[in-house]
Amino acid sequence: MKQRKANSVAEAVTGIKNGDVVLIGGFGRGGVPENLIEAVCERKLRDLTIVSNNAGTGHTGIARLLEEGCVRKMMCSFPLAAESIVFQELFARDAVELEVVPQGTLAERIRAGGAGLGGFLTPTGVGTDIAAGKQVLTVAGRDYLLETALRADAALIKAHRVDAVGNLTYRMAARNFNPIMAMAADHVVVEAHEEVPIGGLDPECIITPGIYVDRYCICPKP
Amino acid sequence: MAHPEFAAKALDRDQMARRVAAELQSDWVVNIGIGMPTKVIPHVPAERDIIFHSENGIIGMGPEIDGVNEVDNDLLSAGKRPVSLNPGGSFVHHADSFALARNGRLDATILGAYQVASNGDLANWKLPGARAGNIGGAMDLAAGARRVLVMMTHVTGKGEPKLVERLRYPPTALGVVRKVFTDLAVLSVTDKGFHLDEIVEGLTPEDVQRVTDAPLYWQTAPAAIRVLTREKG
Repeated sequence: MKQRKANSVAEAVTGIKNGDVVLIGGFGRGGVPENLIEAVCERKLRDLTIVSNNAGTGHTGIARLLEEGCVRKMMCSFPLAAESIVFQELFARDAVELEVVPQGTLAERIRAGGAGLGGFLTPTGVGTDIAAGKQVLTVAGRDYLLETALRADAALIKAHRVDAVGNLTYRMAARNFNPIMAMAADHVVVEAHEEVPIGGLDPECIITPGIYVDRYCICPKP
Repeated sequence: MAHPEFAAKALDRDQMARRVAAELQSDWVVNIGIGMPTKVIPHVPAERDIIFHSENGIIGMGPEIDGVNEVDNDLLSAGKRPVSLNPGGSFVHHADSFALARNGRLDATILGAYQVASNGDLANWKLPGARAGNIGGAMDLAAGARRVLVMMTHVTGKGEPKLVERLRYPPTALGVVRKVFTDLAVLSVTDKGFHLDEIVEGLTPEDVQRVTDAPLYWQTAPAAIRVLTREKG
């Protein structure tokens, strides 16, 4: 059996490299792999592109990655939340690039990336700034934007439970982007709240099958 | 905020929320966005069975929870505030949450706005000339929901009209707004522009027109315009 369990958070993130595009799960404070993000910060990586719904809050998590100069570009739907103080400061002086993506389009681009698709047609953003440079196709009389799939080098995932095979469950709305991100990256790293033996997860309730998971570590505290 | 001239007559946020809540019908699936719309849930009449959707994958969201000692970060609203899950509620991942937003399952979404135009164009994500803005789920919800209901003050903090003939702010979606609920009036978007459905007690249709950039039309018989009362819900 493939050895997926890392002995520490630091060991779990050794596969992340300079210049990687990294998907990071979470919405607000729910389902954010805080421990993995902190461990990536410790590695002082550079030129990362971070894909996540928000651009970090306060000075921890994604905000710390930004503050320590690890991030070249942010892709998110809601970059200028009041709590995203670090991002706003960097963006104001052009120290970080930004691509704002409508939230549903961001999710679907990731889903498409994990589903082996090249892209999809969405009514979202037709006639707005988001449509600039994108192809508009008309299907059954309605206009759609052609949006391309998004795949990444790595994904940082927060799960509730994990077994030794890497199967994952999530807790309530902490699921958010995590299951789709786990399918859309070449190297998938998970922080789980709790580990259970093989067979300890009801197969009917497993949201992410372990085949998508490369490394996991156990972090009882968020 | 209300136009200074009408501040004493304008509805407060709870009263606006109460009016929007009255619009929601039994068995509707309704998306609640961030900001002012979150105030709507507690005002839904008890006999109406409405399923609230939150973009972060909650189907069957309950009201915000106040005064809890320990916030459960795994159950937050789109506005990142602690909420409850109603019995029978469920969770989906983000792609499925927005599939639901686009696939016709949302009977309504309640959004805030910077401006709404006579033709139903909506602006709520970016200021004119700004380098960036917050889209969040607004573009998907506006493009996908069966009814886009806007809840906003009638004018800006500086007294500028928000109901306009043509958008001056970058659009979120074109031709989508069905109805607008302000602190002074309720208006429907029609082929002929904004129809004044209801006005707050103590104002005339002409008063509302004076603080509105877009031309309004209304039925001339006074009884045809419902009066919004300011009593507490």
